[in-house]
Amino acid sequence: MFLINCPYCGERDQSEFSCGGEAHIIRPKQPTELSDDQWAEYLFMRKNIKGVQFERWNHAHGCRKWFNMVRDTSNDKIHAVYKMGEKPPVE
Amino acid sequence: MTKYRVNKTKYIDQTKTVSFNFDGKSYHGFEGDTLASALLSNGVHLVGRSFKYHRPRGIMSCGSEEPNAICQIHEDTDLTEPNVRATEIELYEGLKASSQNCWPSVNFDIGGINNFISQFIPAGFYYKTFMWPKSFWKKIYEPLIRMSAGLGKSPTKPDPELYDHKHVHCDVLIIGGGISGIIASKIAAKNNLKTILIEDKNILGGSTIYQKNENYKINNNYSSEWLDQEIAELKKLDNLTIKTRTSLAAYHSYNYLLAKENISDHLPLDKRNVGIRQRLWKIRADKVIVAAGAIERPLVFNNNDRPGIMLSNSVKKYLDFYGVSCGFNNVIFTNNDSAYETAVSLKEKGISVEMIDIRKKSNSKIVKNAEQLGVKINWNSTVVNTFGLRKINSVEIMNLSEDGSNVVGDKNKINCDCLAISGGWTPMVHMHTQSGGKLDFREIDQTFIPNEIDKNHINIGSCNGDFEIEEIINNTNKKVKNFLKVSETEFDNISVLNSKELDKRNIWLLPNFISEGKCKSFIDFQNDSTANDIKLALREGFKSIEHVKRYTTTGMATDQGKLSNMHALGIIADTAGVKIGTLGTTTFRPPFTPLTFGSIVGRSVGNFFDITRKTSIHEWHIQNRAKFENVGQWKRPWYYPINDEGLHNAVQRESKAARDSAGILDASTLGKIDIQGTDASEFLNRVYTNAWSKLGIGKCRYGLMLNEDGMVYDDGVTTRLGENHYLMTTTTGGAANVLSKLEDYLQTEWPELDVYLTSVTDHYSTASICGPNSKKILKKIFPDKDFSDDAFPHMSYQNDKIDEINCRIMRISFTGELSYEINIESKYGKSLWEKCIEAGKEFKITPYGTETMHLLRAEKGFIIVGQDTDGTMTPIDLQMDWIVSKKKYDFIGKRSLYRSDTIREDRKQLVGLLTDDPNEILEEGAQIVSDMSKKPIEMIGHVTSSYFSPNLNKSIALAVVKSGKKMYGQKLIVPMENKNINVTVSDSVFSR
Ligand SMILES: [Zn+2]
Repeated sequence: MFLINCPYCGERDQSEFSCGGEAHIIRPKQPTELSDDQWAEYLFMRKNIKGVQFERWNHAHGCRKWFNMVRDTSNDKIHAVYKMGEKPPVE
Repeated sequence: MTKYRVNKTKYIDQTKTVSFNFDGKSYHGFEGDTLASALLSNGVHLVGRSFKYHRPRGIMSCGSEEPNAICQIHEDTDLTEPNVRATEIELYEGLKASSQNCWPSVNFDIGGINNFISQFIPAGFYYKTFMWPKSFWKKIYEPLIRMSAGLGKSPTKPDPELYDHKHVHCDVLIIGGGISGIIASKIAAKNNLKTILIEDKNILGGSTIYQKNENYKINNNYSSEWLDQEIAELKKLDNLTIKTRTSLAAYHSYNYLLAKENISDHLPLDKRNVGIRQRLWKIRADKVIVAAGAIERPLVFNNNDRPGIMLSNSVKKYLDFYGVSCGFNNVIFTNNDSAYETAVSLKEKGISVEMIDIRKKSNSKIVKNAEQLGVKINWNSTVVNTFGLRKINSVEIMNLSEDGSNVVGDKNKINCDCLAISGGWTPMVHMHTQSGGKLDFREIDQTFIPNEIDKNHINIGSCNGDFEIEEIINNTNKKVKNFLKVSETEFDNISVLNSKELDKRNIWLLPNFISEGKCKSFIDFQNDSTANDIKLALREGFKSIEHVKRYTTTGMATDQGKLSNMHALGIIADTAGVKIGTLGTTTFRPPFTPLTFGSIVGRSVGNFFDITRKTSIHEWHIQNRAKFENVGQWKRPWYYPINDEGLHNAVQRESKAARDSAGILDASTLGKIDIQGTDASEFLNRVYTNAWSKLGIGKCRYGLMLNEDGMVYDDGVTTRLGENHYLMTTTTGGAANVLSKLEDYLQTEWPELDVYLTSVTDHYSTASICGPNSKKILKKIFPDKDFSDDAFPHMSYQNDKIDEINCRIMRISFTGELSYEINIESKYGKSLWEKCIEAGKEFKITPYGTETMHLLRAEKGFIIVGQDTDGTMTPIDLQMDWIVSKKKYDFIGKRSLYRSDTIREDRKQLVGLLTDDPNEILEEGAQIVSDMSKKPIEMIGHVTSSYFSPNLNKSIALAVVKSGKKMYGQKLIVPMENKNINVTVSDSVFSR
């Protein structure tokens, strides 16, 4: 059970949050100009790696804000949390 | 006092007799006993039958590692509980316990026949035997397995007890109240840290608290006396919470731990009305110190499972703590020094004891002590067999060969009534590994010890591999100081006297003159797996420890292999010729000891299981005998039966009234989202499939929302309240998800939009009045308002007041009938409703529920998202092309509507179905086929909604059918269990 440092509220229990999958996948600005394959790439393909992963999280039972998290899936260490729109930290 | 109670100790109050019942027989014990110690004090060793072979088994240990003494308590009552360890049950007046897994009795057991055919049930027996023929599975194999697989009985009635959850935060959590845990707690609490100490036993002190041996002294006192004083001082500290009878269940990441506190399990049943039975502590600790101790290992030799064969340190605890001698003629079989402490304790009390030691010699102080007391030691020897049907009566021993791989010389028989065994110690690394910690293998004593890299917890004492009191005290002091950043403690200069173990020898599977296949050398006592099973699995090609474990079921019982895992690993390593360290260990999963379901769910039972949401009109529905339907968490009126009317008749009456005169529906549960901001129109353009920019203020519009994959997600009517202000409605069940989806897009994809969303579902109550007379009823409520079509057209809204209270009137319809919805602040919902009923009286206004609403909309072919759709339907599949804007450049899901898969013409499409017999009503969910002759029969769709329409006087159904759009007029078949129903495909709009 993680202790997550919401960038807006501070440290809260994991039960207040929900995970929204891989981060930094930007919705294409011109979907109509994409081929089926390109659209499918955006729509379906998500990484699930063992190691450092960038994830979207939502403080669902708190401030309702979405933010990003850098987490090592092999040991659940949270390396960073940062607001939407902010640049991911460089390792 | 029974003859086995040989010793008076301060932990047993011999003035307070406690009577209890085991397997139908009455016994007496004393206050302070466990069920196990009380049974042993009565000379009872045989307490159960083994799981697979039904061999007689006795009490083996004194703690949570107990594999044999597993009981059902208070059988045939509401309070019954299976799989409770007799070693952990504190004795109380009236306790009723029985052996598990033996029928008709422990002494005569029919399943014992398995013991004689045991050669035919080796590892993987169930996998191999019950594979085929397939037809045997249901009628023969499964009942057979179920009958013989008995790990207790579940209670048949709800649990009458109360359970609780408690959330706590602390600076330091210490797990285990033995000597190292007590030292750590004292250091932490004395240094201003908010500390919690949990201990699963009812008293602190671990095994040191009853250690009175000249060889183990602290500051010139017996270690037990020294510790007693420490505990007395500890209890005076302010910022320390001590929780006894509290066992750690799970150690999750980020120092989040669960511990179960037993509050009333040790009390007689009539004294348990104190409230809560067990409390689950949810602890978030800044730092965790694990002082969980170690478990003594058994030894693996032929017939090592008879009643009377016990772990050596348990024999010592029963004697020194409970005052019970497990036998009068003891033999101790060991590979290490700790068993000599047991020997000395026995001998000092004048009880006969003889040692068998696989080591060649040892000159440590404790061994010398035993020799001086006259204990006979058989060096370099091993037990090759044991005898005695219901209790051990003798052992046969032989000498070991030089390398220990074989036995040599003659057999020598020794009579005994108790065989204490000790194969060394296994640190309890469960907590450490649960938290994600790794282990290192220590060759010298063949133990896995914690490898600490995590900065937030440490392991101290014997769970850290420190077994001797001197290293326990010194290492604990040093590690805790470092961990808590304390510079000096009272334990810095302490004088400790202790016997050091000088010689070690370990043989995982002891050799025998009997051929391996004929030996019954048990590794996992609870699941009855033997050394042979492990070897067989290896011969059959299993290599990974995880596979061997599952194939042989070793370590898979309720004790999670606390006694068996190391031997399984050792034998695999020896057989495969590799080092244990390279095999890795199996994963220890929470809970450490089984948890009751009650403690897991806590107060979330009955009415507290889930939230119940009621509209403000709920009381009226109850008074009018509505039957309710659960829609998400909402209670919605399903139908309102008159007298003993059933669902069908009520719905026929309600829907007829709604079409012929007037009906009224509580629509308050629909999700409502208030949308404001200068970009609100643009936002709606992006989330709905249709266009919103040109919707006039005061107008309403139906919208369909897709997922990015093009599938219908939600629908509802949205009203433009102002230039930059909309009120969106969603389906009842989808409200929360829609809001969070919209928030997601706003915050992450379109942060540039000036839009604010607020859930207002609970803020307003809604009465929906429909039917040809609805306008007249509205006119009575709002006499000054012009309800003509010109002044108040369809799909528009107007503000008004009822008795000075603001309300909104919307002319929208989900039934296809003329209808109005009145929204008012929730607290006025019931009076609004009653006003409508009063006004509608002369038109026989009829309240209707969700079932009638579904029927009315089905007549018009309106979909219900979630009933006619299932996340695989596009608007095109639903034949709702009209609502998908061709002009808009983009909206959520647009691109997916022309993916190669979504433009397939043979997708399932929404159509109507009319039964050839108009009185035949199809079953929702029924499959649809076109060709019954070709096997296997292809199922081309299913019925999604089905009703008898009183207004059309025939049965109607909505269905999704492959290529359904092209099948109008075509005959299809709905095969049911007893008959095939002939249907014709039709338009999904049954009435225009
Ligand atoms: Zn927050």
